[in-house]
Amino acid sequence: MNRFSIWTYVFILSVLSIGIIYSLPNLYPAKPAIQIAYTDSGKSADQQLLIQVRDILDNKDIGTESVGLKENNIVAKFNSLDDQLAGKAALQRALLDQAIVALNLEPSTPQWLRDIGGGPLKLGLDLSGGVHFLLEVDIDSALDNRLESLLNEYRKKFRDDRINVESSRKDNKDLLFSFSSDEDYTKALKIFTQDNVTPLGTSLFDLRPNALRNLVELSYSQSAIKEIRDYAVGQNLMTLRNRVNELGVSEPIVQRQGSSRIVVQLPGVQDTTAAKKIIGKTANLEFRLEAASTSSRLRKEEFDFQDERMGSAFLEKNIIVAGERVTNANSGFDESGFAQVNITLDMQGGRAMQKATNGNIGRRLGVLFVEQKNKSVLKKDSNGEDVIEQSSYIEKKIISLATVQAVLGTNFRITGVGSPQEASELALLLRAGALAAPMKFVEERTVGPSLGKENIELGVRSIIIGLLSVIAFMLFYYRWFGLAANIALFANVVLITGFMSLLGATLTLPGIAGIVLTIGMAVDANVLIFSRIREELKAGKEPQTAIQEGFSRAFVTIVDANVTTLIASIILYAIGTGPVKGFAITLSIGILTSMFTAILGTRAIINIMYGNKNLKELRV
Amino acid sequence: MNLDIKFMSYRRLATIGSLALLILSIGSLSFKGLNLGLDFSGGTLIEVSYDDAADLSEIRDLMFNNGFDDFQVVNFGSNSDVLIKVADKDGNSQLGDVIYKFLQKADSSTELKRIEFVGPQIGSELRDQGGLGMLVALGMILLYVAFRFQYKFALGAVAALAHDVVIILGLFSILSWDFDLTVLAALLAVIGYSLNDTIVVSDRMRENFRGERGFEPEEIVNRSINQTLARTLITSLTTLLVLFALFIFGGDMIRGFSQALIIGVLIGTYSSIYVVANMLLGLSITQDDLAIPEPEGAEFDDMP
Repeated sequence: MNRFSIWTYVFILSVLSIGIIYSLPNLYPAKPAIQIAYTDSGKSADQQLLIQVRDILDNKDIGTESVGLKENNIVAKFNSLDDQLAGKAALQRALLDQAIVALNLEPSTPQWLRDIGGGPLKLGLDLSGGVHFLLEVDIDSALDNRLESLLNEYRKKFRDDRINVESSRKDNKDLLFSFSSDEDYTKALKIFTQDNVTPLGTSLFDLRPNALRNLVELSYSQSAIKEIRDYAVGQNLMTLRNRVNELGVSEPIVQRQGSSRIVVQLPGVQDTTAAKKIIGKTANLEFRLEAASTSSRLRKEEFDFQDERMGSAFLEKNIIVAGERVTNANSGFDESGFAQVNITLDMQGGRAMQKATNGNIGRRLGVLFVEQKNKSVLKKDSNGEDVIEQSSYIEKKIISLATVQAVLGTNFRITGVGSPQEASELALLLRAGALAAPMKFVEERTVGPSLGKENIELGVRSIIIGLLSVIAFMLFYYRWFGLAANIALFANVVLITGFMSLLGATLTLPGIAGIVLTIGMAVDANVLIFSRIREELKAGKEPQTAIQEGFSRAFVTIVDANVTTLIASIILYAIGTGPVKGFAITLSIGILTSMFTAILGTRAIINIMYGNKNLKELRV
Repeated sequence: MNLDIKFMSYRRLATIGSLALLILSIGSLSFKGLNLGLDFSGGTLIEVSYDDAADLSEIRDLMFNNGFDDFQVVNFGSNSDVLIKVADKDGNSQLGDVIYKFLQKADSSTELKRIEFVGPQIGSELRDQGGLGMLVALGMILLYVAFRFQYKFALGAVAALAHDVVIILGLFSILSWDFDLTVLAALLAVIGYSLNDTIVVSDRMRENFRGERGFEPEEIVNRSINQTLARTLITSLTTLLVLFALFIFGGDMIRGFSQALIIGVLIGTYSSIYVVANMLLGLSITQDDLAIPEPEGAEFDDMP
């Protein structure tokens, strides 16, 4: 007879309950919320801010569901959209520039579900609304900068070592040095060979010496180029993260994509112009000499130190070098073991620095950190109501003021920077002010909030209508067997939702289309099985044998057919971007779950319905 | 249902029909080409909606006055929704914002629905990736089917898939429908779907070829198609049901996707019946091609 062992039922039920449990969070509607973070991105929200937020909301009698700390932010959840908006207005007025206040939707997943890692489906930008940017890091110009400063370094070194260079120039991606004599050539080649080892043991350059003509050609090796690229992209990624934080967006995504691209996704942001301005800005550093005490008021400016204990200092108005010239900054130790910060400028920056420090040894060099900030003021409008007026201003603070010990070039260091930790913080600030390589926008997609909402509604509607029409057809055509297939189909939709939520996959509009398509195709396996059972019955087999044969004979076909579709959807995942990837994910998950529900699930139901009976006749 | 339709007697007719469609498609593809959507052509697209019906000619004038000359302004979905496409060779990512600003200045009820900007480089990359992906998919499937069945089936399956893909592309070209990333996704889904069909039919042919001996290949093929016909039609029907739900209720952004799939399902159903069978008979498949190789020494095992 057709019976499953108890363990098969246990297995089916446990897979199904995992699916049900993890799709549950999607039934709890997202609650309107406000996210509050300190404007200073280095500072995480604390108890003090929490109490402040609670007081502000209590004073205005705005009802909240909960107010609590979450990661580096304070999150206040509300019961209605009106409360949320009132809360935002009140908080902005009270906190002004102290904190960033952003509207947000918080899932209201119950605690016990969150404890086991449950959460609702993530929505793609086409469903939630927001901005998607793809930026390309210009690696060639980063390489060019590196080569230029390398050329300068060697020119200086050969001058210091009294090696006569006949000519030296940069040609595309190569540096060409020619030397006056065999002796100079040999000495120079020795220096090149010595430099040509990295701590990892790989070579830094591809050296092509020509002893006959006393010529050395060198270019960066593949591994060095890869390192420069990784550094530039990683650096830009970090800078972008800092800048995106300034926007106060909840759950932004800043990720590397491929070898030299960066994806930025800002759900809910509508003003793309403002977002682009902040993301694309450069030059956040200025190097200036300290003004002599005798210089006139017109030629100097007073700045505060970033570290409030240090007070303020006068710097010259003349800017030697700005942040876009900084190609690298890292912390290290000097000969006597004190912390220092090493700075690398590009060629142009190095030349300017050399000119400025020549003859100014002994004076102090200041580094200014420049930040664009917003200032909000409460004002009365014509109706006498309080409105917040925002204006942006530029804040410049001194992060370092150190004595110039020698004429500086592309590479120099700042010593006396305090503890190693302070040194690495300074290096971080220096790097944060600069992009390691210029970037350009290569793709941008903005989806308005109304379109996002519309897409969800349309998507859900087509899933429901598609599902209902398939269910109706199956019931009409196969009767009891159709009912079994329908239960399996329904379980399939639950499983897809559950597994997608569990895996943290993102649902997009094409993803919804994938679910709809899966619904249509999932019944195929059942149709195959049922047709087979019909045939077996027609061939004169006993009902129970026909069921048995029908399932086992159709099995191979189902697997073959699904594996090939899976191949197509995996390739789609590999080549697709954003929304199309979403389609590939739902399709792949759908294929796997539908095989499970259509083969095991339907069989279990049919076994329960017919398995124990002594059937004389069977209608399929 | 005891079906016995002589499918294979209409072989010639089907071959002529398929060839005609293929020639028409390839002709249109090579002379007219595809109407590439933003994803592949690069450029800027902006969708806005108004409270009332939008005046397209006014928007066109606005565009001209602001110095644009290579653009399209069309209604999208309803007559209050407008889609503006700007072909932009330089890859300026600011155009969308600029256009939205002056549209809003002209009419304050303008609501932004979406802006899409795809740089020229990304567009050509996506084109290459899409074409490559399609070829890789066909290649992998060829290998899988050759491994699971036999090379004649693999050739038949891939011919059927190529047939479907070319005809869908041809139709998109002839009707000047937008070909974008979602349509490419649909095309790959069609490959999956059509293959599903093809495999079910091939599977039955394999079974029947291995079964009773002494039948003409044409007879076996015919019987196999008849046996799987009910299933082929029902699956196509349920898939079409959901696709029409998607087409009618899914909104304009995935209309191209559902269009491509609906056509794909129809053609895929046809090709799994005719193209594969035609190929197999053309390659003169015999029962020996599919005989299960007897393990060596098997005959000796029977001896006591």
